[in-house]
Amino acid sequence: MTSTHGTTKTAGPEVGPTPPEQTAATGQNGDGPQIQAVRRRVRDLLPAEVVVTDHARLRTYECDGLANYRVTPALVVLADSVDQVATVIRICAEERVPFVARGSGTGLSGGALPRADGVLIVMSRMRAIREVAPEDQRAVVEPGVVNLDVTKAAAPHGYYYAPDPSSQQICSIGGNLAENSGGAHCLKYGFTANHVTGAEFVAPDGSVVQLGGRAPDAPGYDLLGTVIGSEGTLGIATAVTVRLTRKPEDVVTVLAGFESTDDAGAATSAIIGAGVVPAAIEMMDALAIEAAEAAVHCSYPDGAGAVLVVELDGPTDEVRQEFDEVERHCREHGAFAFRVAMDDVERALIWRGRKSAFAAVGRISPDYIVQDGVIPRTALPKVLRAIAELSSSSGVRVANVFHAGDGNLHPLVLFDDSRAGQGEAAEEVSGKILDLCIEAGGSITGEHGVGVDKSAYMPRMFTDDDLDTMQMVRCAFDPDNIANPGKIFPTPRLCGEVPGRHRGEHPLAKSGVAEIF
Amino acid sequence: MAVDAGTTAVTSLAAACDDVREATDADAVDAVQPGFVVRPGSTEETTGVLRVAAERGLAVVARGAGTKLTWGTPPERVGLMLDLTRMAAVLDHAAGDLVAVAQAGCPIAHLQRTLAASGQRLAIDETLPGSTLGGGIATNSSGPRRMLNGTFRDLMIGTTVVRADGVIAKSGGRVVKNVAGYDLGKLMTGSFGTLGVVTDAVFRLHPLPAASGVLSADIRDSGILAAMVRAIVHSDVVPTAVEVDWSAAGGRIAVLLEGTEAGVAGRTAAARELLARAGPAEVDVDVLEQLPRWWGRYPDGVLLKLSCALSGVERVLREAAALGVAVRGSAGVGVLYGGIPVDADVTGAVTALRATCTASGGSLVVLDAPAAVKSTVDVWGPVSALELMRAVKRQFDPHRLLAPGRFVGGI
Repeated sequence: MTSTHGTTKTAGPEVGPTPPEQTAATGQNGDGPQIQAVRRRVRDLLPAEVVVTDHARLRTYECDGLANYRVTPALVVLADSVDQVATVIRICAEERVPFVARGSGTGLSGGALPRADGVLIVMSRMRAIREVAPEDQRAVVEPGVVNLDVTKAAAPHGYYYAPDPSSQQICSIGGNLAENSGGAHCLKYGFTANHVTGAEFVAPDGSVVQLGGRAPDAPGYDLLGTVIGSEGTLGIATAVTVRLTRKPEDVVTVLAGFESTDDAGAATSAIIGAGVVPAAIEMMDALAIEAAEAAVHCSYPDGAGAVLVVELDGPTDEVRQEFDEVERHCREHGAFAFRVAMDDVERALIWRGRKSAFAAVGRISPDYIVQDGVIPRTALPKVLRAIAELSSSSGVRVANVFHAGDGNLHPLVLFDDSRAGQGEAAEEVSGKILDLCIEAGGSITGEHGVGVDKSAYMPRMFTDDDLDTMQMVRCAFDPDNIANPGKIFPTPRLCGEVPGRHRGEHPLAKSGVAEIF
Repeated sequence: MAVDAGTTAVTSLAAACDDVREATDADAVDAVQPGFVVRPGSTEETTGVLRVAAERGLAVVARGAGTKLTWGTPPERVGLMLDLTRMAAVLDHAAGDLVAVAQAGCPIAHLQRTLAASGQRLAIDETLPGSTLGGGIATNSSGPRRMLNGTFRDLMIGTTVVRADGVIAKSGGRVVKNVAGYDLGKLMTGSFGTLGVVTDAVFRLHPLPAASGVLSADIRDSGILAAMVRAIVHSDVVPTAVEVDWSAAGGRIAVLLEGTEAGVAGRTAAARELLARAGPAEVDVDVLEQLPRWWGRYPDGVLLKLSCALSGVERVLREAAALGVAVRGSAGVGVLYGGIPVDADVTGAVTALRATCTASGGSLVVLDAPAAVKSTVDVWGPVSALELMRAVKRQFDPHRLLAPGRFVGGI
């Protein structure tokens, strides 16, 4: 299966039964009277160049980074301004047509999967950095701005933008906000939610509101914190105020080779237990190392059953002392190789193996699924052993690459879809890995989001009451369920009577998809 | 009739929780006296009590130690005081995972003592003696250490909430990295008990620092004070907190550095140099043995919370002093607390300072004042996205039973 518009084979699992275009989650009628009305009204009000109706061009937006889910949107709007976004959403609200926001399209859970009966609002043309204010430790950027470009703009002032998802060279701030993106360094610095203080936001009725601001602690409910990570189901941010972080005085990156993941896991626990909070602790197992070696020749230690990449940053004196602790704990837990990057070139080489791991696995397996489960750090050895048992009993190979510091696993489940039954077997192993994470007290997703990909797993982690309560928030923002419907929640909650907006039986109730609470 | 109805309510409440009594004057919330006080011992009992309250239309105000009961606007009515102090346990401390679970009624100090035994802490300051986690979450109260570590909204990773209709809902979990579902904890944080009752929560912890260093300088000129704040904030010394104490008579800055022994020694020296260079030669920068007495304490009088962009701190300090408002707080993040003498022109000072804060991207909230004063000022000030907030309230509490009137816009 090839992918489109810049997403690579590595960007998403290419597995299993491709879901049909026409499901409850993706919309059923691409050309009903409502979408026709939206198309006409949008064309009337917006410049022709921002409205895409040509089928071939519409198809280029059929998927995000999770390329095995594909739906051609009924209409695409390449928004240039908050006014255009608000106009389109207002029309969608009036016609009760769903809309989906899309940034750079790098998401790994199908969060930006279009609706066949809806509008895809593409935000990537809104890419102005409106202001860099180092004196306030803030920048104000449009949602289409690429994550790394915020750091580049802040760098001359000695600042950077801390969240650094591995796609940071292409992913957008708007998408980061929707997904509450993290990155390798969120162990120490936290997630998007900890680094965004304000947003201009278009609610699903088309109204434009300011959430949060430049100063902390705006009075009222923390709607901003609620919107961050809501995967586009509560509305669309059209400008984002981000917190800039002071660049650390010093950075030290080390690579340690171990005989087993058990040893590497024990070293991780010992480092954290000693009171050291590194900027990042990443682990790779033998299969992942083998793939990375083959792909980028990263010269990881020969014969290692696991490697740890540990990065320390902060004031020089602090980093030096923490480095001693890290080295001691690695050696005490059996590290047979311990390499320190002396400069940025060596640091890049150490990271190269880790960052190439997903792509590299493509060299040793034609297809694979990336999982994103999270477990409490102390459960690492137990869960890794369970994954190994699962792998050997099923015959499905699993390569492990993960953020060891915060227990965020990215098992890569390998298979060959050209061979009968392998896709299904991989899907089953993948699902069982998520069950292991839930049993260990963890989560089904640490950073990729639920999207369409994991909504079916939500009931394994949350009760009906939990999910119902979350959807009360959605009902407050989006009573007609038009903002990215079909994502996150396996069963939509109908929001009851909305005065003055009643239009007969809700289509979801009619088709038996949704329940009225 | 009233007595009969009361008796029946007591009976139903007693069936849900055996710790029920009639309220007295001492239980008043901002001069509004509840009918009953109920002390549930568990999330399940809380559910039962809230169900009874919902059936009978009793308005509910939750309390912990009661240190911030007079914050916000007074509730319109209080049928039931939900006293959470029986739910005071640390339920779990997974030291290896740097995670703790505690009940809402647990005093912050008690949690800290428990965690300290394993060399860890919740990086949240106890801003009022005895205050509980639940009260801190409800008000999103924060102290000096927020500069490095954030507030409840940043450190709470899982939440158990009992809704107005008695339904229990959880969000988040026991792992720091988790993006599954909406983060209801964020919505509850700072909601003043108007959306649900948080009964327990999971927190991300930090190691206790091995060493700390404190610097302080007395200053007369707000310009010098602001220059010193800037010198530290835009430096590499990674301060845990940068606090100021300021009034018309002048004031002081204090800087807290935490970390390893060697690191703190070096950074304290570097910070001292930065402070000295930012001010004139005659200003002494002292290394203190401990935190100064004013550290993390709210000023006296009508209590204001002032927020502004960092570049606005100097102007806020200057204008506050000119208005006779004493200010303390986290100048390093733009969150300050003002105290207006109760006999001063509170309305005038609030209006003028609010304009200054707003012009600088922030806000002013009157946190605590005598009821007579609150009735004459706009306590919350302008709030953006208020209609969305009302919509959230309607979903969670359609009958306005949870702390009605205590929050923004009469929510």
